Amino acid sequence: MKLTVTVNGTDYTRTIEPRLLLIHFLRDDLGLTGSHWGCDTSNCGACVVWLDETPVKSFTMLAVQADGRRVTTVEGLARGAALDPVQEAFAACHGLQCGFCTPGMMMTARWLLDRYPDPTEAQVREAISGQICRCTGYENIVRSVLRAAKHDGGDSDARP
Amino acid sequence: MQVPAHVEYEKASSVQHALALLARYGPEAKVLAGGHSLIPMMKLRLAQPELLVDINGLTDLCYINRAGDELRIGTLTRHAQLLESQLAGEHFAILHDAERVIADPIVRNWGTVGGSLCQADPSEDLSAAFAAMKGTMVIEGPGGSREVSARAFHTGPYETVVGPSELLTEIRLPIRPGGGSAYLKVARRAGDWPVGAAGAAVWLADGVIADTGIGLTAVGATHFVAAEAEQFLRGRPADEESLAKAGEIAAEHCHPATDQRGPADYKRHLVQELTTRVLRIAISRAQGPMS
Repeated sequence: MKLTVTVNGTDYTRTIEPRLLLIHFLRDDLGLTGSHWGCDTSNCGACVVWLDETPVKSFTMLAVQADGRRVTTVEGLARGAALDPVQEAFAACHGLQCGFCTPGMMMTARWLLDRYPDPTEAQVREAISGQICRCTGYENIVRSVLRAAKHDGGDSDARP
Repeated sequence: MQVPAHVEYEKASSVQHALALLARYGPEAKVLAGGHSLIPMMKLRLAQPELLVDINGLTDLCYINRAGDELRIGTLTRHAQLLESQLAGEHFAILHDAERVIADPIVRNWGTVGGSLCQADPSEDLSAAFAAMKGTMVIEGPGGSREVSARAFHTGPYETVVGPSELLTEIRLPIRPGGGSAYLKVARRAGDWPVGAAGAAVWLADGVIADTGIGLTAVGATHFVAAEAEQFLRGRPADEESLAKAGEIAAEHCHPATDQRGPADYKRHLVQELTTRVLRIAISRAQGPMS
């Protein structure tokens, strides 16, 4: 069936099978391999992307469900040539570590900071509680998000 | 990597359209709401429907509002919406207590209230919460709509009274004076199913428990309800002795199973302790900040 979706500001129309999962559409059909698939069960959160304004686990959603909507992946996080403050903070605080959980962590972090520009550490930990870092390096991730909050311009309109 | 088997897909444009699609395909059709149980089951081929009826476009089923002395919750309301609803929290603190510990924030963004109830997992939190509050489920079908008590909604694990050509559309909760409610869950880690959980609603009159609803999750309570403990409490003073005894009765009458989340005797202990604690919180909320 036909799917028309806007991903990171670009419109795509593709013919797909209804059973195709959103993560596979993004990675295999569009070549956007930033979003990762980790667990198959929606526990790990490496696949988190935004559907319109809301982060969702793209491994537990069919691509057809994104028809007519906007999807933002980690590739759409940077504001043009400038990295998002979340990306800069993850680099500065060694929040990436092995990098596998990073795309999901950063998409959730951006969403948290758009809603709560000055979160407490507890709020950060709650926000990422559905995402697993196999390096178990949560300290660095939490530190990264809190640093991003301090350095955040707060202008999310520049993103597609 | 797991992928679902071949399936047809239709986007429902209205409740009537969804019902017509369900009637045409019969039991081989499945309603797709948040999909956080259905899609993993399809990946594992535990579910292999011929048709998915996607109701996510029916945004008129996403609401939380008050109509007279009832709180009404649309079936497609996302868990996150319910958690953020001041109206829901004001009348039924149990809903916020429960939603705070359901899955994780990202799953709550897309998972739905109606989907959770219809999945009817014995470990699902809202079933016990709605049973405690003595809610009513509104089910639409080819012949019109019918109402079923939250306590008669589940017919067994993963089974409800909703027929293959029907759709749960709304949950109604009676708002009664003197009420307070709470929910407590013990889980091994964030986002996990409970080892055990308890919810309570209490309605006080002159310091006496005029009525109460106690829901139990994941411990083999019939219809998610601790009926014997409820019966014991009705008409008794809202004191520690009553609550302790109610916990004992609830533990005695549930049927937890030993599994990877813990042995049955531990779960029974949890039921006793959680029932007493959750009643205590519900009563203090019913008494209000002045007491």
